[in-house]
Amino acid sequence: MEALPIPERRRFINWFLGTSMGALVASVLYPIVRYVSPPRIAEAGTAQVEAGATDDPMLREKGFKIVRFGADPVIVVRAADNDYRAFSATCTHLDCIVGFEKDRNRIWCNCHGGAYDLTGRNVGGPPPRPLTAFKVHLVPKSEGTSTLVVSKA
Amino acid sequence: MTVTVLKWLDDRLGLSMLRDFLSHKTVPMHRYSVFYYLGGMTLFFFLVQVCTGVLLMLYYRPSANEAFESIELLVTAVPFGWLVRSIHAWSANLMVFFAVLHMVSVYFLKAYRAPRELTWMSGVLLLFLILAFGFSGYLLPWNQLSFFATKVGTDIAGVVPVVGEWMLRFLRGGDRVTSATLSRFYGWHVAILPAITTTLLLVHLLLVQTKGMSVAPGVEEEARRRPPMKFFPHFALRDLSGWIFALGVLAALAAMLPWELGEKADAFAPAYADIRPEWYYVFMFQTLKLVPGGEVMGVEYEAIPILLFSLAGALLLFVPFLDRGRSRGWAIGGILGLAFVVAMTCWGYGTLVPLYIVFLTALLLAVFAFITRSADAR
Repeated sequence: MEALPIPERRRFINWFLGTSMGALVASVLYPIVRYVSPPRIAEAGTAQVEAGATDDPMLREKGFKIVRFGADPVIVVRAADNDYRAFSATCTHLDCIVGFEKDRNRIWCNCHGGAYDLTGRNVGGPPPRPLTAFKVHLVPKSEGTSTLVVSKA
Repeated sequence: MTVTVLKWLDDRLGLSMLRDFLSHKTVPMHRYSVFYYLGGMTLFFFLVQVCTGVLLMLYYRPSANEAFESIELLVTAVPFGWLVRSIHAWSANLMVFFAVLHMVSVYFLKAYRAPRELTWMSGVLLLFLILAFGFSGYLLPWNQLSFFATKVGTDIAGVVPVVGEWMLRFLRGGDRVTSATLSRFYGWHVAILPAITTTLLLVHLLLVQTKGMSVAPGVEEEARRRPPMKFFPHFALRDLSGWIFALGVLAALAAMLPWELGEKADAFAPAYADIRPEWYYVFMFQTLKLVPGGEVMGVEYEAIPILLFSLAGALLLFVPFLDRGRSRGWAIGGILGLAFVVAMTCWGYGTLVPLYIVFLTALLLAVFAFITRSADAR
């Protein structure tokens, strides 16, 4: 077999060196990139939570409370006597936690001034989407009070 | 004896080279010379951050269950803990302030022109790193303000098309802002960012030394006419006086206006009224407040200002290569950009105080220019 001319042989070897260096760098970087991406850990699914009783002082005075629904906050609003509503408390704008303004009868986010009505619809400010609604059941507890049970709609 | 020791060290370390270099280093003198002190001032606050930061690490515990309590302990029970924490917080703000001031002056004096393009770029990257320090350090006390600031800040990263979701999870260490986020931010704040910043800072300083000080186009004549100032001892002593003055200001601020700790973060409480990020993010915050909800071609409106701010950051980084001509376009653009930032900051706070601070800074610089003037100008 005829030997390759020198420059061509050098190019061949350089190509080999170059690609093996590339492979080396990639084999170091790949595990690092994977390592810094946090694993997706399955969470125990929450179907419903008890959100206290209708005579909760916070609910009576401020007209709302925030409860844990799994790892997420859910806002329970007292729209009227025996009319309770629940929505995801995470603002659809930039992830802040919303509150309720009783005097103006709206769900309100203090971070960037997002407003939602009592059906969860985004009615003012920057939020792009309505709040996800949850269902509220009233389970009679004692004379005049009930337990609030919040579940996925 | 001393002479022998110095000779021995010099033979091994080449100290006389350094001395020669310092004795030949000069600083051009003209009516804008006062701006040459701003980088050094930023460096001073960085050094204060390193020292106080290391001290804070001795007591700080980076977990959601302990972080807030460890700082409570630090400021109430640890001797001078309140002082160290307050100096760290104030110095952080002053470092951002002086880094911005330094950049603004370098921008308008066009010091980024050839052959100093890389000095400028390393400087802009250092400013971004300082902002990253601010953002990551903000979460560490694990109070309500830091919790929401981090939720919003990382959610903004999530708005970026294509890579947004990966970035959000990478920053948070999961889907939500939790103790995992705190661990990550702590790692960034005390290890990764300091390592990158120190390296880049050395490059920046080395470039400043090798390329010398830039002289602005309008004052070249004046700088030729007037004798330059020797760096050592004249300029260095002025630098040092400034640093001592800055240390006094820091101590006074820390003692009279100690940094608040606020309330512990609660992932199940609404954001409190008038919640607002640190002053240097207020112009972006105010802009985000003004953009209504909605989407155009699958891109949410809120992504538009975020992408525009990123574009502005990129423009800033590459300005030495974009500003080729002698036109005033870049100066006018800079003034408009600055006016936007100041106006939005005023609007965000609902007061003109930020504007007064700009005027006060200009006034103080004029006073310092007078105090630090060279002998030939007296």
